[in-house]
Amino acid sequence: MQRYLLSRLIQSIMILLAILVLVFFMVRVTGDPAVLMMPRESSPESLAAFRHKMGFDRPMIVQFADFMFKAVQGDFGNSLHYKTPALPLVLKRLPATVELAVGGLLIAVLVAIPLGLVAGSLPGSFWDSVARGLGLLGQSIPNFWLALLLIFFFAVRLRWFPSFGRDELSSLVLPAIVMGLPTMGALVRLTRSAVLEIRGEDFVRTAYSKGLRSNLVYVRHILRNVAIPLVSVIGVHFGYMLGGSIYIETIFSWPGLGQLVEQAIGWRDYTLIQAIAFFTSLAVVILNLLTDVAYAIIDPRVRYGN
Amino acid sequence: MAQSTIPAQPDSGLVIDQERTWMHQLKYIFGLLVRDRSGTLGLILFLILVFSALLAPWIAPHDPLLQNLSNSRLPPIWSEGGSWEYPLGTDNLGRDLLSRIIYGSRVSVTVGFFGVLIAAGLGLLVGLVSGYLGGRVDNVITGLVNLVLALPYLLFVVFIASILGRSLINVVLIFGITDAPIFARTTRGEVLRLRESGYVESAIGIGASRWRIIFDHILPNLLGPMITVATFEMSRMIFYEAGLGFLGLSVPPSVPSWGNMLAAGRKYLIASPWIATFPGLAIMFASLGMNLLGDWLRDVLDPRLRRIKK
Repeated sequence: MQRYLLSRLIQSIMILLAILVLVFFMVRVTGDPAVLMMPRESSPESLAAFRHKMGFDRPMIVQFADFMFKAVQGDFGNSLHYKTPALPLVLKRLPATVELAVGGLLIAVLVAIPLGLVAGSLPGSFWDSVARGLGLLGQSIPNFWLALLLIFFFAVRLRWFPSFGRDELSSLVLPAIVMGLPTMGALVRLTRSAVLEIRGEDFVRTAYSKGLRSNLVYVRHILRNVAIPLVSVIGVHFGYMLGGSIYIETIFSWPGLGQLVEQAIGWRDYTLIQAIAFFTSLAVVILNLLTDVAYAIIDPRVRYGN
Repeated sequence: MAQSTIPAQPDSGLVIDQERTWMHQLKYIFGLLVRDRSGTLGLILFLILVFSALLAPWIAPHDPLLQNLSNSRLPPIWSEGGSWEYPLGTDNLGRDLLSRIIYGSRVSVTVGFFGVLIAAGLGLLVGLVSGYLGGRVDNVITGLVNLVLALPYLLFVVFIASILGRSLINVVLIFGITDAPIFARTTRGEVLRLRESGYVESAIGIGASRWRIIFDHILPNLLGPMITVATFEMSRMIFYEAGLGFLGLSVPPSVPSWGNMLAAGRKYLIASPWIATFPGLAIMFASLGMNLLGDWLRDVLDPRLRRIKK
């Protein structure tokens, strides 16, 4: 198991280094990063001055080494808009995004897992239809549209929740529902099909035939096996949620990472976007790694197999 | 299975010609489709999408770009003040929403179709090389594919789109290239599985060349999984294109597209909610249709992945 985790750790570090390389070259694909970062009507003189100030006039290899050396220490340079280091600006947005991600995940898990269990145990029932409908909706509803609909009905018409901002807990409800819905759909589908599959396994029949009570069969045999695929989906989805949602945060004026991305694009603040892209990727990579650790703990086949 | 030819009856000694076999297969698959209600619904939604894109100039009641400020923000037909002239109402510039949605499907279908074409082409090539050659080449390619799949996809797409600027070709290229790893991974997995199969081993045994094995035995068997993945990925691209449009990063604002319409309708959400509602519904039905179709294709074309029967 230690060897497995060590190789996954090395892999993760490689991925992060590769992401830094990608982020470095991305602002240079159009040729001149100065043109990209400066306002459209900039004069050639101010472009040249900017190029010199940012070090874009140095040889590419020097720029690259400089960028990588500073980036691994968390230094992405100054935000072009705020004129202050990019990293603290990103970190400042983290609490709001984490709050939204946790809210979305909680809603998704609390609805999806019970519903999926019932649907898988009673195929063809009313709850099964609800589960299958939710599974499809979660995949097909665009979150930016759902956000607008919820604002219209629950904030404007019914006035149950605030339509934007981040004040009391009630302002979290609508964005968290929108955030959680795709995950909810995926988890319902997965739980339902996992229960259906495991119910037919030999060890479940054996458990029943030796006289174990139904709820004990569920807890000891079915739930434990359903948990394995769920862990990986929850881990991956939570990683993406921690990157913040550009749409949800923009529409609900939620002051997290996603809103910062949208603003930074408007300001052409590409040093800030580079920092956000790296930290969002970091969240995804760390969550993937933790998911693999959890996997190895729950599933003995992974632990001994590799 | 769409790809296998139907074996001739052992006692008949006849070879069934290729054309009849194909007809037989199509009929068989169509029969399965009609029996599956959600698959049928998926196909119908998909056909509506494709036909509205192909026939937009003939079926749209109005010019999607024609502005008429005296008719601005008319409500849809079923609410007070609506008329048959504008069944889904008009936007803030008095343009017919139904016509704009019909024309908007052209952007979605173009991005979905050509995006998938590029992604599948690149992915097929890379996946074949990776799965067939193995060794160090395979390690490097697999590493790169895993890297791209580990990225926060949407953020990077938004990042690239904001750098390259608004144009249809840019959007198609972005999705075509960034989505190739999904096809590469599928291809590689299938190639690895097929290489171990009895018929490929026998083909190697009787001395078939590498190219012959790839063209006669591997490519035909890749068709099923590729079509399934293509359906899901096309749905995803249509979804993300609308998302980019909503942020003002897809096609130019003058082009009617579902994402652009939604972004414009957002400003009038409280007074005229229908402007944002209908393009959103269009995105949802397109995506729903292709997901249903994809689920069904996965069951029919690949029995190994068949879900537990409902």
